[in-house]
Amino acid sequence: MSGKHIIEISYLDKYFGDFHVLKNINLSVAAGEKIVICGPSGSGKSTLIRCINHLERHDGGDIIVDGVPLDDKVKNIDHIRSEVGMVFQQFNLFPHMTVLENCTLAPVWVKGIPRSEADALALQYLERVRIPDQADKYPGQLSGGQQQRVAIARSLCMQPRIMLFDEPTSALDPEMIKEVLEVMVDLAEQGMTMLCVTHEMGFARRVADRVIFMDEGEIIEENTPTAFFDNPQNERTKLFLSQIIGD
Amino acid sequence: MQQVIKWSRENLFASRMNALLSLASLWLIYVTIEGVLSWAFLNASFLGEDKSSCITRPHGACWPFVTAKFNQFIYGNYPAVEQWRVNIVFALGTLGLSLLVAGRINFKKQLAVLMLTAYPVLTFILLSGGLLGLSYVETNQWGGLLVTLVIAVTGIVVSLPLGILLALGRRSELPIIRIMSIAFIEFWRGVPLITVLFMASVMLPLFLPKGMNFDALLRCLIGVSLFASAYMAEVIRGGLQAIAKGQYEAGKSMGLSYWKSMRLIILPQALVISIPGIVNTFIGLFKDTTLVMIVGIFDLLGIISFHFTDPNWTSPQVPITGFVFAGLVFWVFCFAMSHYSKSVERRFSVKGESK
Amino acid sequence: MVAAFIGLVWWLVDNTVANLASQNVATGFGFLGNNTGFDINQKLIAYDETSSYQRLLLVGLLNTAIVSVLGILFATLIGFMVGLASLSDNWLVSKLAFIYVEIFRNLPLLIQILFWYVLLIEILPHPKKSFGLWEVFFLNNRGLYLPWFTTLPGGGYLLSVIGLFGAGCFYVARKARNMRELNGQTKAYVRNYILIGVICLGGYLSLWGVPFEANLPALKGFNFRGGLSFTPEFVALLVALSLYTSSFIAEIVRAGVLSVSKGQFEAAKALGLPSSVTMNKVIIPQALRVIIPPLTSQYLNLTKNSSLAAAIAYPELVSVFAGTALNQTGQAVEIIFITMSIYLFLSLLTSFLMNTYNARVALVEK
Repeated sequence: MSGKHIIEISYLDKYFGDFHVLKNINLSVAAGEKIVICGPSGSGKSTLIRCINHLERHDGGDIIVDGVPLDDKVKNIDHIRSEVGMVFQQFNLFPHMTVLENCTLAPVWVKGIPRSEADALALQYLERVRIPDQADKYPGQLSGGQQQRVAIARSLCMQPRIMLFDEPTSALDPEMIKEVLEVMVDLAEQGMTMLCVTHEMGFARRVADRVIFMDEGEIIEENTPTAFFDNPQNERTKLFLSQIIGD
Repeated sequence: MQQVIKWSRENLFASRMNALLSLASLWLIYVTIEGVLSWAFLNASFLGEDKSSCITRPHGACWPFVTAKFNQFIYGNYPAVEQWRVNIVFALGTLGLSLLVAGRINFKKQLAVLMLTAYPVLTFILLSGGLLGLSYVETNQWGGLLVTLVIAVTGIVVSLPLGILLALGRRSELPIIRIMSIAFIEFWRGVPLITVLFMASVMLPLFLPKGMNFDALLRCLIGVSLFASAYMAEVIRGGLQAIAKGQYEAGKSMGLSYWKSMRLIILPQALVISIPGIVNTFIGLFKDTTLVMIVGIFDLLGIISFHFTDPNWTSPQVPITGFVFAGLVFWVFCFAMSHYSKSVERRFSVKGESK
Repeated sequence: MVAAFIGLVWWLVDNTVANLASQNVATGFGFLGNNTGFDINQKLIAYDETSSYQRLLLVGLLNTAIVSVLGILFATLIGFMVGLASLSDNWLVSKLAFIYVEIFRNLPLLIQILFWYVLLIEILPHPKKSFGLWEVFFLNNRGLYLPWFTTLPGGGYLLSVIGLFGAGCFYVARKARNMRELNGQTKAYVRNYILIGVICLGGYLSLWGVPFEANLPALKGFNFRGGLSFTPEFVALLVALSLYTSSFIAEIVRAGVLSVSKGQFEAAKALGLPSSVTMNKVIIPQALRVIIPPLTSQYLNLTKNSSLAAAIAYPELVSVFAGTALNQTGQAVEIIFITMSIYLFLSLLTSFLMNTYNARVALVEK
């Protein structure tokens, strides 16, 4: 494969006990590419992106992120995690810290940036997610949409080259989904490499370079959004899309 | 074999630090097991009528002390010809408990009520006698494991209902009842059991008219029971608080009286939730029974310590062996209870998740 | 019902008064000023046969305090270590931690105290055959002896200055660490601070000499004199209290860490935080909210449990006051009342502080 790919996943296998969650996955992502991954629950899509920053340990195959192989070496894992940001379905903000402290924790303790600089950086990113005025509040005082935007800002403060989104809008009330998606669209327009597990088809059409459909641990179909939505090839994809749109 | 190697690489030697920890742990295990084995078996003496064999083996346990005194450790000075009465009590208790814990029977509730009411009465009649042609056995002849179990079971039987009443009292809407319950609970929880026992043994006699004498064991039973009730009350209060408000409202809206809705709706749920806490209180109570030895009651620990003074058995290893034996007995009881409470807890959490 | 209750109380009081009168026992708290007429073997403040019962109460209270404070310290250290070990990825380490907890939690404390006590007095050698280490540490069946020092004039003053300086040093280093501003400037600042302190200390010592004198334990007659000594009763009680309570603390710590949701660990990992920072900044602060209330009640239990020392005659509050003093004076009502009041006060104070703490650390929510 060519060197311009920022993520290269080849022959990836992963088991949970006897359950084969990921079966021989091959996927290359170019720098700046935006990929949306969808599929029914239990299809392994979350597990796939959680393997990329080693929240899940893979059992076979290779993952290379920005030229660094992801193996059991702590040094490599740390390096990759500092390049890869992640946003979770449940936000996972640290409830005992203010919004600002949430954002500065990693820059200060991982990169060793002085606190004053870290504060400035955090405020800059909070502005980008459009909540600079909430910096001194605690996560519990914010709405779900605001919390998720803080979570995005927190990841951005590490200035990652790749962002992973694990169903970022699934835990949100409908009226808050839009504000989070807008932030994600902004981010995409600024050229971030993004892998999003999401069922927001409007977002996929607008932003994605490629849509990947997974089922039972395999990549069933991958295509440009237009081709994917308007002309799905596989029966399982068609069934899935009909269910989503039927909602 | 390969799996063993793979498993140990992942679980024991995942990193250099982990390998170091594993080796240190292995060393610790080796030292402990080696020490225990050589003390309890290799260097121990097993046979003998008095201390002589133990003195020749100064680095190991003196088991003859335990075998020679075993009967007294179990029954105290309970007359030998009457010990069958104690055995019946033990057998009935074991049977009832094992049916309650392990048996798949459909009269569990009735059995539990029987164990909390009829069993103690029967036990009292059998043990102290003076009725139905049974000869009277004074409590100062009771001793050993018998007394330990009598105190523990009494504590359990009294503290459960009293604890329920106190817990309800603490949540009562009548200020007088609430304040008195709080004061009672906080008082007993605030002082060490030993001061309660001192109080029971030196102050209770002062409160009563001259000539009216209180049995020493009974004084301890009162002290221990009141003490345990306060702790039980707090456990049950936790259970009551965990019941959703809707359950109380549902009871009221069905027109049930306070007591009826408590008995039929709230308490059955609250008690089931509280089972782990209740069992933990029992464990604490069981361990605390050893304190009665300080005020001169010969429970298991008390009677073992008492026999250290037997001139036939004065050897440095005798007290150590005695305490290890006592520790083993108590440990088995407590471990069994905590195991039970954990399994109940696990069953609940599974139920809760499948909802 | 109220009348019946009052009647009962009156009957009890009446009986008590009659009983006390017939036993010829004085009543009231006047006895607190009397001489006790007996000495005790561990005292942190001056006390002898001619001291009053009031003084005795204080001596007992201080002995309770010292064994409780040290016990709390050790129990916390061991408990946190074992609790975190039980969560280790290392299979052996976590199993060992479980076994530790199961052993010590399920053994009655009194048996543990008595066991360590007989182990110390029966197995350890006589003073003449003490175990020694470098001729300054000694262990025998009369106790544990450590080297100590006596202060000469000026020593107390110097000690407090050093203490203050140390506290300042700790504060500066901590602040710098917390602010994470350990750039060249702050590092030099901390270094200079320490350097100045060391120079001052060196100057003082070279000008006025060392105001301390080593006080080493040495065998004199049948026993050791000098140094810092601990009786076997104290050591047995301290060991038993620490091990017993640490097993409960380990369970509390374990439950506390497990109460922090998995997502918190994952978020910290995804940010690339090293595991020490994840623990110190993310997990422990959240776990502490869950840990501290039951932890405090364990501390209170330990303090109350130190009263079991009555069984091995370690001279703490219950043993000297509710034991010896009660037997000497016969004033059971007053003595039990005072003893219980002290514990009750301590326990109410603790639960008050806990309620305040809980209110303060509650997570800020909408």
